[in-house]
Amino acid sequence: MGRLQGLLFALATVALVVLATFYFTRPWLPPLKSDRIAIDHAIWLSLVVTGAVFILTNLLLAYFSWRYQDDGRTRAAYWHHNPRLEWSWTLVTALIMCTFLFKALNLWAAVNAEPPADAMLIEVTGQQFAWNVRYPGPDGMLGRTDHLLASQENPIGLDKSDPHAADDVLLLNQLYLPQDRAVRVQVRSMDVIHSFFLPNFRVKQDALPGMTVQIWFTPKETGDFEIACAEHCGLGHYRMRGQVHVVPVAQFDKALADAAVQ
Amino acid sequence: MTDMAHAPEAHAAEAHAHAEEAFIWKYVFSKNHRVIGIQYYVTAMVMALVAGLLAMLIRLQLAWPQRDWGVLAKLFPMGYDVGGGFGVMRPEFYAMLFTMHGTIMVFFVLSTAPVSGFGNILIPLQAGARDMAFPFLNGLSYWTFFVGCVVILSSFFVGAGAAAGGWTAYPPLSALKGAVPGSETGQTFWIIGMVFFIASFTMGGLNFVTTIINLRTKGLTPLRMPMTLWAMFLVAVLGLLAFPALVAACLMLIFDRHFGTSFFLPTGLVLNNVPLLGPDGKTFLHQGGSPLLWQHLFWFLGHPEVYILMLPALGFTSDILVTFARKPLFGYKSMVGALWAIAGLSFIVWGHHMFVSGMNPYLGMAFAVGTILIAVPSAVKVFNWLATLRGARIRFNTPMLWAVGVVSLFISGGLSGVWLAQSAPDIQLHDTMFVAAHFHLIMAGAALFGVFGATSYWFPKMFGRMMNDTLGKAHFWFTFVTYYGTFFPMHYIGIAGHLRRIYDPYQYEFLKPLQPINQLITISALILGSSQILFFVNFFWSAFAGKKATENPWQANGLEWTTASPPPHGNWPGPIPEVHRWPYEYANPDFPKDHVMQHEPLTAAEMEVKAAEGPSRHEH
Amino acid sequence: MSTEVLRKPSRPGPHRGGEGGGEPGGDGNGRGGPEVFFDPGRFGLWLFLATLSMMFVGFTSAYMVRRLAPDWTPLRPPGLLWINTAVLLLSSATLEAARRRLRGWNPAGVSPWLTATGALGALFVAGQLAAWRVLAARGYFLSGSPHNSFFYMLSGIHGLHLLVGLVWFAVVLVKARRLAYTPGEADGLGMFATYWHFLTGLWIYLLLLLFVL
Repeated sequence: MGRLQGLLFALATVALVVLATFYFTRPWLPPLKSDRIAIDHAIWLSLVVTGAVFILTNLLLAYFSWRYQDDGRTRAAYWHHNPRLEWSWTLVTALIMCTFLFKALNLWAAVNAEPPADAMLIEVTGQQFAWNVRYPGPDGMLGRTDHLLASQENPIGLDKSDPHAADDVLLLNQLYLPQDRAVRVQVRSMDVIHSFFLPNFRVKQDALPGMTVQIWFTPKETGDFEIACAEHCGLGHYRMRGQVHVVPVAQFDKALADAAVQ
Repeated sequence: MTDMAHAPEAHAAEAHAHAEEAFIWKYVFSKNHRVIGIQYYVTAMVMALVAGLLAMLIRLQLAWPQRDWGVLAKLFPMGYDVGGGFGVMRPEFYAMLFTMHGTIMVFFVLSTAPVSGFGNILIPLQAGARDMAFPFLNGLSYWTFFVGCVVILSSFFVGAGAAAGGWTAYPPLSALKGAVPGSETGQTFWIIGMVFFIASFTMGGLNFVTTIINLRTKGLTPLRMPMTLWAMFLVAVLGLLAFPALVAACLMLIFDRHFGTSFFLPTGLVLNNVPLLGPDGKTFLHQGGSPLLWQHLFWFLGHPEVYILMLPALGFTSDILVTFARKPLFGYKSMVGALWAIAGLSFIVWGHHMFVSGMNPYLGMAFAVGTILIAVPSAVKVFNWLATLRGARIRFNTPMLWAVGVVSLFISGGLSGVWLAQSAPDIQLHDTMFVAAHFHLIMAGAALFGVFGATSYWFPKMFGRMMNDTLGKAHFWFTFVTYYGTFFPMHYIGIAGHLRRIYDPYQYEFLKPLQPINQLITISALILGSSQILFFVNFFWSAFAGKKATENPWQANGLEWTTASPPPHGNWPGPIPEVHRWPYEYANPDFPKDHVMQHEPLTAAEMEVKAAEGPSRHEH
Repeated sequence: MSTEVLRKPSRPGPHRGGEGGGEPGGDGNGRGGPEVFFDPGRFGLWLFLATLSMMFVGFTSAYMVRRLAPDWTPLRPPGLLWINTAVLLLSSATLEAARRRLRGWNPAGVSPWLTATGALGALFVAGQLAAWRVLAARGYFLSGSPHNSFFYMLSGIHGLHLLVGLVWFAVVLVKARRLAYTPGEADGLGMFATYWHFLTGLWIYLLLLLFVL
């Protein structure tokens, strides 16, 4: 049958390696606008290490499939175990993985650490198919909500009788963030599970009904970006889109007030 | 239950009586493992056609979302808006497409064809048994599966259509009838179909484990078992231990959906700005349930399920690789150990599907540990395969192409797992197309390629004929290139933030530039889909008119190659062969032949060596 | 089909089959028979019970999680449940008595004890239904509280398995009356007894889980 198939497979594998290396090193990540640069670093480190393994193993696969084809005359090598070799690649892999693990756990701990005491509080409540954004206002306290009060005019069931509720600022699908100041976002949902995803900020948190989950991060650059829903939440999932506006701290109160008026 | 103890040995004597059986008992309600295996296999392939078609519709939508698909609208009137002369897909139809594509592919195709299909065909042949331990239960399990298929398929035609809550069926979306149209009757059908599937899989698993533990032929010690047999054993154990959790979850979901309980439904659900009140009109209908509980129960099954799909393919690949490399499997013991490690770890990693679910971050840490560790046995498998190929004398027949294809996909798909296993990068990558790329390459791709490889390799034992090698190679090349063309670019758009399960990505500004890549993927996917015609043509043509196969056309070593192709009823016309050695004795310089089959008695020289080594070292 | 199997000499035991002709059927010539470690039927049943147990492990974990929710209001079990439990325990005891008769070469003495087992089993199911009615009469319905939901669901699933056990019981009883079981060994009865005792144990576990722990 000739040696065509092995050659083809080797060439295909080399082509895969070349194309994958070329395209994986493009800047695919959405431009980073928050302080979570460590996540980007972890992604790049993963790319470098797994990329090296990818290139190495695939080149071996390509070489072996081309080089060791049956010639119809000689026999294969009778070579089927080598404890030292097997132990060393097991241990080396384990070592690399433990390094990843160590870094991953540290990073995870940092992401989930307590927010700074002066972090600005924001509440984001998902519903089919919109993001309700709420700021506590001058008193710094979010008013009480009661889902029994929810209605067309009051989608998150804000209890207007609560004194803290009066100055709460409510926005729909518009999230204003101060530049260079930590924000802690309380993520909630009225109905099904949504996922609060800010692609430019490396932030993603599922919004669960019956539960409030807090995350925090610091926006770093001003500009307008997008909020996406990352968890399938029904037929309008694709259009559950919001906007993030990062403004300098000095202009934040005014921007928020202007937005609230609209 | 008492009927389970049917003695398989009796079949040999009964063989001639069976020959006169009516067609319906021989081929429809058969108790023969090979017939049942083929039934499973063919049914799974029909389901694959359906699920593949759904995937094509998904891809068309992602490439050209607002396009008028007049022809498709005529074919699927329920799925397209036809008002005003338009044929634009409805978002709820899109949700049904990806839900049913996932459900059918994961359970009814890729769990069924390799496990129930090839498991039934191969286990008795490789283990040296006349049939499975419980032939009646085996037949029952197929028909239970068949009912499950009918239920799942018919769900497209009930009420508001099929389930649309994703294959993971997360409540409250899947529990509240008003949350998405598919959560009406469609979701009920989904649950019922799943319960039938699980019942069938459990019956099969009982058979697999019992057969492998109890009915192995003399001399077939555990460390002489072919990798396929090992994989089947572990897969059956995984299924038996993991699926019951999903049954429990499904039952609770039914109670939540139909009887007003609150296992998964929390207090305070407000749908469309209207609180969901109980009969008293003052308090909430549902109180205090936990949506996360479903996710835990689902993924407790779901992750082992991923390995249920993959382990058989890893077994097939090892067996095929060795036969066509004409060289012993490198590191047999560590290969078995790696299978055990993967199977064991699969039970403690389910939480990596839930890193951003709101689960306690400390739990996330624990799950990241197990997940990252699973890379070690996986890497061991790849290195052993590569070492097997080094110094080999490879014959690139169709089965071998698929086997190296599995190795390639296992590398490509496995490495992205290292990214996702780290919980923090997963924040960005979770629920993006990166994940879709990852699992389509490693889980779906490896399983699919494994099945194609196994089909061309064991076709003689299924139908007594050979598959056409030229068509097989053409099918491989089209599939291999377009499979990568379809799923590899998904990594890039995933890193760029492209969401999964999204009807129209270009609603988002940041996804608009990705449309050309999506169109490229779709074109590749359409070629991938249509090139499967080559397979179906080859399959049916070869099954009826292929070249007659000899007993051992590939010069392989396993017990399945010691009997006729196809094997007679009872598998061996005479006595069952005994096993004297491991299945990977190729290229041994001590023998004049290139390969030594498992049932060939030890030579005098080998006896001497064995006696000198003592009784504990007996497997090679 | 099953009768001939049940008449086979007792389980081959853990020796490597095929050597001592442990499988009388073998493949006709005593060579290369399967290595039988356990009787396949019995082994399959144990596997099945393991699978069933995993389902209840799933329910247990769900129960543990759910019980931590703030709205947990405990359900007071109706006294009838304790009587039902005693009935079920008694049915296991009579089953053992029946097996003892079989082992003691007294096949005629088997069916009265066996009948008692089935009757007690049926009584248990009736008692469970009555307990549901008692609860419903007191206003505790399925969806009333999470604890109610778990009680109704778990006792219902257990009851369904017991109904399957009763069907099996009917088969076993007919065979016992025909003296189909070889005295001196308890194969068929043994498998049935394994299942039945499992359900008794399972009920006691559920009772402890739901109302004692």
